[in-house]
Amino acid sequence: MAVVALFVFSLLYLTPGDPAAVIAGDAATSEDIKRIRAGLGLDEPFLVRFGGWVWALMHGDLGVSIFTNLPVTHLIGQRVEPTLALTLCTLLISVLVAVPLGVIAAARAGSWTDRAVMAFSVLGFSLPVFVFAYILISVFSIELGWLPVQGYRNFGENSFWDWLRHLILPSIALGTVYIALIARMTRASMLDVLAQDYIRTAQAKGLAPVPVLVGHALKNAAIPIMTIIGIGIALLISGAIVTETVFAIPGIGRLTVDAILRRDYPVIQGVTLLFSAIYVVINLMVDLSYMLFDPRIRY
Amino acid sequence: MTAATAALPAPVSASPTLRQFRQAFRRHPTAIAGGIVLLLMILVALLAPWLGTVDPQAVTPIKRLKQPSAEFWFGTDMLGRDVYSRVVYGTRVSLSIGIAVAFFSIVVGLAIGLVTGYLRWLDAIVMRIMDGLMSIPPVLLAISLMALTRASIENVIIAITLAEVPRVVRLVRSLVLTLREQPYVEAAVAAGTSLPRILLRHILPNTTAPLLVQGTYICASAMITEAILSFIGAGTPPNIPSWGNIMAEARSLFQIAGYLIFFPGVCLSLTVLAVNLLGDGMRDALDPRLARRM
Repeated sequence: MAVVALFVFSLLYLTPGDPAAVIAGDAATSEDIKRIRAGLGLDEPFLVRFGGWVWALMHGDLGVSIFTNLPVTHLIGQRVEPTLALTLCTLLISVLVAVPLGVIAAARAGSWTDRAVMAFSVLGFSLPVFVFAYILISVFSIELGWLPVQGYRNFGENSFWDWLRHLILPSIALGTVYIALIARMTRASMLDVLAQDYIRTAQAKGLAPVPVLVGHALKNAAIPIMTIIGIGIALLISGAIVTETVFAIPGIGRLTVDAILRRDYPVIQGVTLLFSAIYVVINLMVDLSYMLFDPRIRY
Repeated sequence: MTAATAALPAPVSASPTLRQFRQAFRRHPTAIAGGIVLLLMILVALLAPWLGTVDPQAVTPIKRLKQPSAEFWFGTDMLGRDVYSRVVYGTRVSLSIGIAVAFFSIVVGLAIGLVTGYLRWLDAIVMRIMDGLMSIPPVLLAISLMALTRASIENVIIAITLAEVPRVVRLVRSLVLTLREQPYVEAAVAAGTSLPRILLRHILPNTTAPLLVQGTYICASAMITEAILSFIGAGTPPNIPSWGNIMAEARSLFQIAGYLIFFPGVCLSLTVLAVNLLGDGMRDALDPRLARRM
């Protein structure tokens, strides 16, 4: 995490673009620019700025947005809800769809069902999020008119259904790559486990196929699946940035894109740090979850 | 074997491994299909000026936003530029970025991975840095790098390469860690072979097969990343017709001119699909044990 912090900071420190010049506008003199620089503390040496930044970070302060003059934590706080709703919804749909798909594909390895799942998985990898998103919009929103084209409703503002229907298309668009990834890993992991002796024993003693698949095989195949769910969070994060742009959802992804276009360093720093922290924490939780699936693992 | 094939001169150059490779390829028609599509795309990229295209930058304001027709196969955009020509020229941009990123990240990752995998004291330091870089999602890393620099094709390639390198380093390092325990490496050490020679002659050749496969996947994901970067306005400069840029410009016009997104989108998906299928085929051909699983 320390490496990330140093990296994120020095990355933005070395930028050629000058935010002071951006704020001052076209008519500003060089004195104006110098004054704004001093006001923002941009003229101090690298280590001083980095030290101050880390100190503030420890106190939960991500700095003030250069463009809007609001604290970065406040800006992120405003935008958390849509992104959280979108990613959680996607996560839920993806796991609920992908794991059964992978299990079925592994149980019927070589059949046309298996081939169809694998074909879908390769396709899912190859279709960029936004291309698929536009296909979904044109079919379900424009042609059929079932779901809204763009936008987001805050939770609890209108009816639950109104909130949900704005999330359906974005979640499906965002989830496709993720589903492809998880389904593929589930299948591979299940095939490994299904070749084990204890599965043959379970089948031989006359257990029904479904309990064998779920109770014996899936539980033992769970660790690689959990790992890929954790790693795949990176896909969700980058996908969320694009999906929010396509569907005009005012979330953190949209905040990131706007900040990049305005070269608003503190916001870019804050968002990158936040996403990386979430990614690390989720993967730590995944590591800890191994204990649930395999009691032999102790930390 | 039929008389016709028997009459053909036997392939002299085919070593046993190469023959296995071919047989495996024959068993994977999807990989061949992928290879053919990729080859077609490369041809399109090379022959762009001779494929009935006009200048992709030529603006004809009077013919703005024309639907696809006999004159404009893929229609025209909001400045009256011919979308077909832009998509054909875009093939050049997307393919060269994909291949360049795959090449550079393999070379850099290989160099770092070889050395760190073999030198223990360096390993700890370098791997912590790589772990740090890996904990930033790749697209986000590329975005923040692009936010810093001027938009240009070179910078896009550098940004995506930097985002991909840690994964290659990991792969190479894990390969080196198993290879260094092999008896033939121990024999080389015992015989007093110098370190660079061990790395280059004994370890490097054994990493090529997995790296080749990894390279195709990197190529595919780099093309998607480029499109994402351009799409959100942090990629190739807008005056260069990359597939991502064509789609980015069409963003606000989507409801009246869906074809602007459809054609480059289909091309991008098709190319990425082809590269992925080729990669899957190569992986199966090179690692028959995995082939039965995946």
